[in-house]
Amino acid sequence: MSEIDITLTLNGEEVRARAEPRMLASDFLRDRLRCTGTHVGCEHGVCGACTIRLDGVTARACLLFAAQLDGARVDTVEGLGTVRNLHPIQEAFRRHHALQCGFCTPGFLMTVAEILETHPLRTDEEIRDALSGNLCRCTGYEHIVRAVRDLVDARDGVTA
Amino acid sequence: MKPAAFEYVRPTTLAEALAALDHDDAKLLAGGQSLVPMMNFRLVQPERIVDINHVAELRGIVEDGDAVRIGALTRHAEAARDPLLARMLPVVAEAMANVAHVAIRNRGTIGGSLCHADPSAEWPLLTVLLDASIDIASAAGRRSEPGDGFFIAPLVTALEDGEIVVAVRVPRPAPGTGMAFLEVAQRAGDFAAAAAGATVRLDGDRIVEARLALGGVADAPMRLAAIEAALAGADRRDIADAVADAAADLEPNDDMHASADYRRRLIPVLARRALERAAERSSTLAMVK
Repeated sequence: MSEIDITLTLNGEEVRARAEPRMLASDFLRDRLRCTGTHVGCEHGVCGACTIRLDGVTARACLLFAAQLDGARVDTVEGLGTVRNLHPIQEAFRRHHALQCGFCTPGFLMTVAEILETHPLRTDEEIRDALSGNLCRCTGYEHIVRAVRDLVDARDGVTA
Repeated sequence: MKPAAFEYVRPTTLAEALAALDHDDAKLLAGGQSLVPMMNFRLVQPERIVDINHVAELRGIVEDGDAVRIGALTRHAEAARDPLLARMLPVVAEAMANVAHVAIRNRGTIGGSLCHADPSAEWPLLTVLLDASIDIASAAGRRSEPGDGFFIAPLVTALEDGEIVVAVRVPRPAPGTGMAFLEVAQRAGDFAAAAAGATVRLDGDRIVEARLALGGVADAPMRLAAIEAALAGADRRDIADAVADAAADLEPNDDMHASADYRRRLIPVLARRALERAAERSSTLAMVK
């Protein structure tokens, strides 16, 4: 099957590449657009490592075809912060040691960016529920929850 | 873990979508949360993918006479936060909280869930519980299928080749109807071992009308007509007795999610909790009024 042109807005910039329609969006981002921050874990929508934002809301990149990104707005972990200039979510993860091997981290960061906007996250149970679609095989969940609790408190103007 | 090659078609109108579906081996792609994993595993290898995500006619949640019409392309997350559904059918948001996880609720659609017809899924159960009907379009025209006739077996529906589900139409419940949905799964977001939905309308402590539907316990979601009949006119305190033998005539599956025996034990508990919760809500609605 032949390749098609795909034009999208990636982290605020218009980019263009060619791919077969069947290529998974996760592979397209990594191999064609060289944005390797989006990680590939299970490739069937279970682990959450490839979580991106599609037109503003989180989605599993492994459950999207490259062809579906044509005309879309896509945000990946590369759009959050840089090593020298961490995004507040990344800074909270660093402060709370919320990553060990780091493989699941990009997916968690993208999920946290969304749920801070959409979810009240009043209790740790609500935080755990909202994060339940992202798996960490180092099982470092406790520190991830602490990082998110810190971010929620900052969002809601709660002082420790 | 990569899908086989396919031809990709992206219609923007229902007419274009129906035309694109006129093919020996075409599959509709809506949210893709069930289809794409199956394609990645190569359990299915359609020759043509018809991506209906840009068909505006399949969107929207509107009042339509005595019913609410929910477009097939409505995402679970959109249904969960829709103000009209919150007012008319609050059980929808309660059920949606059980659908997988945040990112999957953002993509997955009602139409996709209905057509996939997993017996433990939330939308099929709601459709049967709420006496909803499913609006279907094809090149030949339009038809409507009642929810209880649509689900035939696991992953099998009454949808024919060349047909597209365009909406689900839910009749407006009578004023004062309380509703509840709950399920038990091994982990948050997993498929339900069993699920129950109920609606109850009270007059004082007397039950005027009760509906009870179960999911995950048979080949398709089902209503428990005998229990509903027994509850009509009964006292709300009789609910526990009425559902005590709810599992007696059922033969639930033994599978990786739960044993048949465990499901048999869950059924009366979930049924009682759903009905009692719905009754409590009906009673609260009466006080507010």
